[in-house]
Amino acid sequence: MRCRFTARGLISIKTRAGTGEMMDGEGCVRLAIFADIHANRQAFEACLAVAHARGAERIICLGDVVGYGADPEWAVDAVMGLVEDGAIAVIGNHDHAIGNHSETMNAEAQAAIEWTRGRLSGPQRRFLAELPLKRQEGDRLYVHSEAAHPARWRYVHGTSEAARSIEATAAQVTFCGHIHRPALYSMSSAAKMTSFIPTSEVPVQLLGGRRWLAVLGSVGQPRDGNPAASFAMLDTSSREITYCRVPYDVEAAAERIRANGLPHWLADRLLLGR
Amino acid sequence: MARPSIEPGAELDGFTIGERVHQGGMATLWTVTRPGITAPLLMKIPRISEGEDPAAIVSFEMEQMILPRLAGPHVPACFGTGDFDRQPYVVIERIPGKTLYSRIGELPLPYEEARIVVGRIATALADLHRQNVIHHDIKPSSVMFRPSGECVLIDFGLSHHNQLPDLLQEEFRLPYGTAPYMAPERLLGVRDDPRSDLFSLGVLLYFFTTGERPFGESETLRGMRRRLWRDPYPPRKLRADYPPWLQEIVLRCLEIEPVWRYPTAAQLAFELAHPDQVKLTARSERLQRDPLSTVWRRRFNRDLTQPKPKSDIAAQLAAGPIVVVALDTEEGSAALNVCLRRTAAQLLATLPSARLACLNVLRLGRITLDRTLDEQGNNKHIDRMVALRHWAQPLELDESRLTVHVLEAIDPASAILEFTAVNQVDHIVIGARQHSMLRALLGSVSARVAAEAACTVTVVRPRRLASAPESAREVAADQA
Repeated sequence: MRCRFTARGLISIKTRAGTGEMMDGEGCVRLAIFADIHANRQAFEACLAVAHARGAERIICLGDVVGYGADPEWAVDAVMGLVEDGAIAVIGNHDHAIGNHSETMNAEAQAAIEWTRGRLSGPQRRFLAELPLKRQEGDRLYVHSEAAHPARWRYVHGTSEAARSIEATAAQVTFCGHIHRPALYSMSSAAKMTSFIPTSEVPVQLLGGRRWLAVLGSVGQPRDGNPAASFAMLDTSSREITYCRVPYDVEAAAERIRANGLPHWLADRLLLGR
Repeated sequence: MARPSIEPGAELDGFTIGERVHQGGMATLWTVTRPGITAPLLMKIPRISEGEDPAAIVSFEMEQMILPRLAGPHVPACFGTGDFDRQPYVVIERIPGKTLYSRIGELPLPYEEARIVVGRIATALADLHRQNVIHHDIKPSSVMFRPSGECVLIDFGLSHHNQLPDLLQEEFRLPYGTAPYMAPERLLGVRDDPRSDLFSLGVLLYFFTTGERPFGESETLRGMRRRLWRDPYPPRKLRADYPPWLQEIVLRCLEIEPVWRYPTAAQLAFELAHPDQVKLTARSERLQRDPLSTVWRRRFNRDLTQPKPKSDIAAQLAAGPIVVVALDTEEGSAALNVCLRRTAAQLLATLPSARLACLNVLRLGRITLDRTLDEQGNNKHIDRMVALRHWAQPLELDESRLTVHVLEAIDPASAILEFTAVNQVDHIVIGARQHSMLRALLGSVSARVAAEAACTVTVVRPRRLASAPESAREVAADQA
C-alpha cells in the first residue's frame, strides 16, 4: 500500500497492487467509506485527510459525487483519481440525473443538476454515467440508496425499509447513503430488526450472526442537525465500523455555492446541517 | 465452515479447553488456558442448536459486544471472543467462589452485613453505569465478590450499552429478565434508564434483609405489571426491628417512578456507607402500603405509561454528581468559606440531583492521636459537625442532599483524597489560603488534592486585594 499527495492537493490512497483489483476481503484492511459528497470540496478534502490519518487502505464511494455543491469538476476528478487507484464507486441519483433529464427532483436540486451538467466535461459525464448501481466485494454490498431496488432511489427511513433491503441481498453487510443521516440496522437470525443511531467514534462490531445495513451520513450535505462532514471507517478483520464526524470550513463551501449563483438555501442548509 | 469440536484438550483460537464447569439453559462454561495468560479463564459457549431459545443467541451477542468494552475490577476481564461464522464464544476471567445466590439459605442476613454487601454492589453498578452500560439483570446469581471484597457483576446478556445497538430492543414482545427483580419501567419497554438497576438492587436488599421478595415470584406479565401501581409492604411491617434508615434506603430504591429513586448508583453507595446520615422521611416510618386511592390514581395515571424521551446515561450521571466541599473551620477562614459557599451554591443551582458532602479534617498530632476533647472538655468532633451544618445552612439544601463529615487525620490532603476515592466523589471544591504559616510549613493541601484527585477539583481563591505599589512588587520579584 502506498499513499501520496497529488498535485491537486488530494490525498490519494493506493491499494497494494495499485491496479484497482478487488481484494478478497480477508486479512486486515481498513476501508474508508464516503457517501453523498455532493461536490463539496472542503468537506471531502477534510474527510480524506482524516481517513488517511487513520490508515485507510481502500476507498469506497457510495454515490452522489455531484449535485448541490459548487465544485463538481473537482469532485468528479477526485473520485476518478481514487477509482484509478483502486477505489470502488457506485452511482447515485444525482450522478444519474446528469445524463438523464427525466429525473424527478425538487426545484433546488434540479437547478443544481442543470448547473452541474454545464460544468462537467464529456469524460467526466461519461465516468458518472458508467458507474455501476451496486458492487459486491466479499460479503459486503455497496449501493447508493438501498439493495432491494437500487434504481428506484428509495430512502431507508426506518426498520421496515431496512429489512426490505437486507432481505434483498445475500451480503452480510450492505453500505448505503442517500438519506444523509447515519443509522445502523441489523437483522437477527430470527429476522428481528434493530435500529440504532451510531455514536461518533465508538466502533461497533458487525456481529457475524446477523446481517447489517450501515446507512452512512453525508460528506457534503449532512442533514442530521450536525453540520460536520460524515463518513465511516470499517476494519474488515475486526468487523468494526466507526462512524466519524469531521469539522470543515462550512462557510467556505457555502460561499462557493452563493458565488456560483446556486440557490441560497443550498448554502444555508450546510451551516445548519439540515 | 465446520464447527470446531469442544471437548477437553481441544484447541480453539489458541485456547486449550479444560473441563466443563457449568451447563445452563443459555450457555455452557468450560475452563480454558492459554500460554501467556496466568489468570484463570472461562469460555462461555452459547447453546445455539435447533429449537433453542432465540434469547440464548441474542443475549450471547450482547455479551460478545459489551464484555470486550468493559474494564475495571467490577467486571470479569475479557480475553477473546469468537463469532457465529465459526464458533461463538467469549473467554473471560474466572472469578473464584460462588455467586451471592449461595447465600439464599441464610436469609435474612444481619442488617449490617446486608448494608455492606449491597453497598459493594452499588459501587460496582456505579462503575458499570459510568461505562455507559445498564446491567438489567441484577439479582443474587449475577453478583460475585473478589477475595479482596470488591463486587464483580457477571452475565451481561440482557444489558444495554448506550453507545452500541441494543439487540434486545425489538427481539421479544415481553420484557426479558428476571421477573421478581425487574423494574416497573422495564415493563413499559424502557431500556435506557440506569435507575432500573437501582430498583433491582432495592429488591435484592429487601429480600436479603427480610427473607421475602417484595413483589413475590410471579412470572406472568399480569402479575409483574402490578408493580406499576402497587408498592410492596414496608419492611418494618415484616420485621419490627427494621432500622428506619434501612427502610428509607430500600423504599427509595423501590420507588415506582425512576425519578424518585436515587439519582445514581454512586449516591446509593454513599447513603449505604453513611447510614447515620441518611435523611429519614415518611418512608422510614411506614408500616402500611400506600392507600388504595393512591394505587388507583397511579394505575390510571397516564404519565407512567407515556414513553419517555431517550435518555443519555452519561448526561444522567453527570446531572447527579457527589460534590465535596472541603472546609476549614478554624479562625481566619471566614472570607474563604463565604467564597466556597458561593461557588457551591452556583454548582448546586445547575445540578438539582447533586448531593453535597461537607468535609472537615480534624488534624491530629502525630503523638497525641486520641485527643478528641479540647481544653474545656468539649468534643471537637461534634463542634466541627455543628460548624459544617452552620456553614451549609444558607444553601437551603434539602436534608437528603446534604451530609457533613469530620475526618480525623494527621495529613489533611490524604484524608480528603481517601474520602473522595472511597465515596466515588465527582467534584471537589476546596479553598486555597494564600498567606498561611501552616501552608508554608506543610505545603498546600489544595494543590495536592488538585494534583492527585481522580475527579474534577475546583480550587477557590478569594480575589486578592488591589495590587501593592510598584516598588513593593519589585522587591517581591527579586525575592522570588
